[in-house]
Amino acid sequence: MSKENVSSQEDSQPDRRDFIKGASCAIGAAIGAVPMAAGVRVVLDPLTRQSETEGAAEFIRLTDVSDLSEGEPMKFAIVEDKKDKWSRYKDVPVGAVYLLKTATQEESETSISVIAYNTVCPHLGCFVDYREKEQDFFCPCHDSNFDLNGKLVKGVSPRAMDTLEVDEEKLKAGEVWVKFQRFKGNTKEKIAL
Amino acid sequence: MEQIKKLYDWLDNRTGIRDHIRETLFENVPGGSRWRYVWGSTLTFALMIQFITGIFLWMGYSPSGQTAWESVYYINNHMTGGHFLRGLHHWTAQVMTVLLVLHLMQVVIDGAYRAPREVNFWFGVILLKLTLALSLTGYLLPWDQKGYWATKVATDILGGTPLVGEYLKTLVLGGSDYGHHTLTRFFALHAGILPISVIALTAGHIYLFRRHGIHPKKPLKGPDEFFWPEQVLKDAVACLAVLVTVLVLHFSFNGAHLDAPADPSTNYPARPDWYFLFLFQFLKYFPGHWEILGAIVLPGIAMTLVFLMPIIGKSEKGHKFNVGLLFGILVFAAVLTYAAVNADKNNESLQASKAQAEREAALVKKMAANGIPPEGALALLQGPKLFAAHCASCHTYGGEDGLGGKVDKPSAPDLKGFASREYLTELLHPERYGSEKFFGNTAHIKKSKMLGFLEDEFEFIEESEMDQLVKAISAEAKLPSQVNLDKSDKSDIEAGHELFEEIGCVDCHALGGWNADDYSAPDLTGYGSREWMMGIVHNPEHERFYGSKNDRMPAFGRDEKLTRKQMERIVDWLRGE
Repeated sequence: MSKENVSSQEDSQPDRRDFIKGASCAIGAAIGAVPMAAGVRVVLDPLTRQSETEGAAEFIRLTDVSDLSEGEPMKFAIVEDKKDKWSRYKDVPVGAVYLLKTATQEESETSISVIAYNTVCPHLGCFVDYREKEQDFFCPCHDSNFDLNGKLVKGVSPRAMDTLEVDEEKLKAGEVWVKFQRFKGNTKEKIAL
Repeated sequence: MEQIKKLYDWLDNRTGIRDHIRETLFENVPGGSRWRYVWGSTLTFALMIQFITGIFLWMGYSPSGQTAWESVYYINNHMTGGHFLRGLHHWTAQVMTVLLVLHLMQVVIDGAYRAPREVNFWFGVILLKLTLALSLTGYLLPWDQKGYWATKVATDILGGTPLVGEYLKTLVLGGSDYGHHTLTRFFALHAGILPISVIALTAGHIYLFRRHGIHPKKPLKGPDEFFWPEQVLKDAVACLAVLVTVLVLHFSFNGAHLDAPADPSTNYPARPDWYFLFLFQFLKYFPGHWEILGAIVLPGIAMTLVFLMPIIGKSEKGHKFNVGLLFGILVFAAVLTYAAVNADKNNESLQASKAQAEREAALVKKMAANGIPPEGALALLQGPKLFAAHCASCHTYGGEDGLGGKVDKPSAPDLKGFASREYLTELLHPERYGSEKFFGNTAHIKKSKMLGFLEDEFEFIEESEMDQLVKAISAEAKLPSQVNLDKSDKSDIEAGHELFEEIGCVDCHALGGWNADDYSAPDLTGYGSREWMMGIVHNPEHERFYGSKNDRMPAFGRDEKLTRKQMERIVDWLRGE
């Protein structure tokens, strides 16, 4: 068929031609969209899934109060059961905390308190080091500096180090139980994940 | 020859291949071939290396939490030529980044982005970004400490994007935290989506380049030449130089580094690859909520300006601005990179954690050589890590803390090779028993009768008898490393059992049946076996072990200082399981 024939045919049957064009495009789009949509739906799965780690965090036993030395932060790995997609892990390291024991004299009574810090920097999630010589916490990534009370001394972190809840009842019984949580990075407020 | 020509004619007749080849080879190069035109070809070559080496690496790689590090380790340390293959892939990626910058510089300086080549310039800029994305995704795939912590910073930055940040991060990680799907997604990006995009854009890039022809640098140096063979030779020589550079880098740095497996509970100074260091350093200057300025806004503005270069560069002034901008960015990046490297060099605690990471990497590779359990290599390292955290305040392991670190004042026996023949031979020597390596710094040295007994009896026991005695006690441990020896030395072991009674060990120790009434010293039945060691770690104050004579050893199991699994990991590691 010559070119002129095609165009003359188009002139004479505009509706039919338009239908054919439209139908071709529609079918083309539809057959492409099906596999694409099937894939995209699966990729989006994490957005609609309840997080596996969700559920109230529980207190875990880390050590005895007597094993901590006063005024010196000690690092403890958090070993927990963990679910990651199809795997269920028993006792794997999921993070770490610093425990700092302090004693305060009130009249004749000494009260012992233990502060627990998540070792993760509130800035961008690096592992904060405890520096014995400087008596501070120091993030090796972007140089944020925290004193032993977790307060930001210098640097770019938007907030103080994240403290974790310590079970007061157990503490009185001489044991350190900590509720291990993660927090959203780089926000002013401390938002538990 | 005649046959080949015939075949060629036949093929040409059906495909028109002759014209295509001619078109490719006999492209006109105005002013003749020049060295400054080689950058595009070197990049195509580098890309080709990455595709070839990448696909072969793929054949050995397995993306998942328990297999990523393990499979990379296996490629790197066990497969013939694997170390070289991985080195090629790694170092070509580094060199490619440099080549991209050189190519961009050449295009900008020559003003080769001007009409009608704007679209091709944009293709190039997108290709640059895609290549950087390939580097970023590739960095995580070995799932080692370096990749894990550095990528964590990158994804946290992504998570800080206004409005959509958290969603994007969740999508990239495949969940709320790092896990299997982080690896599968990064791998799909690294080996699927990104390379396909690169191929498509490179095809478009080369097509447009051919459509517009080479952008000749004025003044022309001579008469026009064809692409083949003059420019091809120059390109080939340049590609060879690229390959040589990659090889030199590979051999001088001994391949590509592999750190210890990713561990969220062990500190590691996260650092990105060197060409991202300037961005990393940049973030140090933006406190709190200003971070978005340093991480996203300013780099975004710079990238947008680069993207707009063909439009800005329409006038001569604009072109000068572009050249100035590019050099500005490069100088800025160089200064920041220097600042980052310099800061790290002078950071003691960082150097210390780096050294620790190196020791752990070396240790885990040594342990992995005997095979990695199905839970992965991280489990392998738990034994020494737990030992360092809970035991090394008193005990040593070969004089160290289990991870290759120093122990200040060991106050309890060294446990390397515990219950092995060598260990016992040394332990049962009167001069060694009371040494610092064994019981020298413990209360047992004064309280127990063992040292006195050894000093009295040792000289009367013949060496061969001592040997039999050691073999008998050591056999109780059923150490994996001694299984065959224990089998072949059956008669010696039996003789050892008899000696155990003759000499009088049996007056205090049991060997083959313990009860609380007859024996006052630790039970040697099953001495050094998994069950025995779990028992003593669980509670050394049990009558079967030290009873009330226990020195300072805590009852880790009884007092719930360690979980059963943790104790098993320490014990299995000590026994060399």
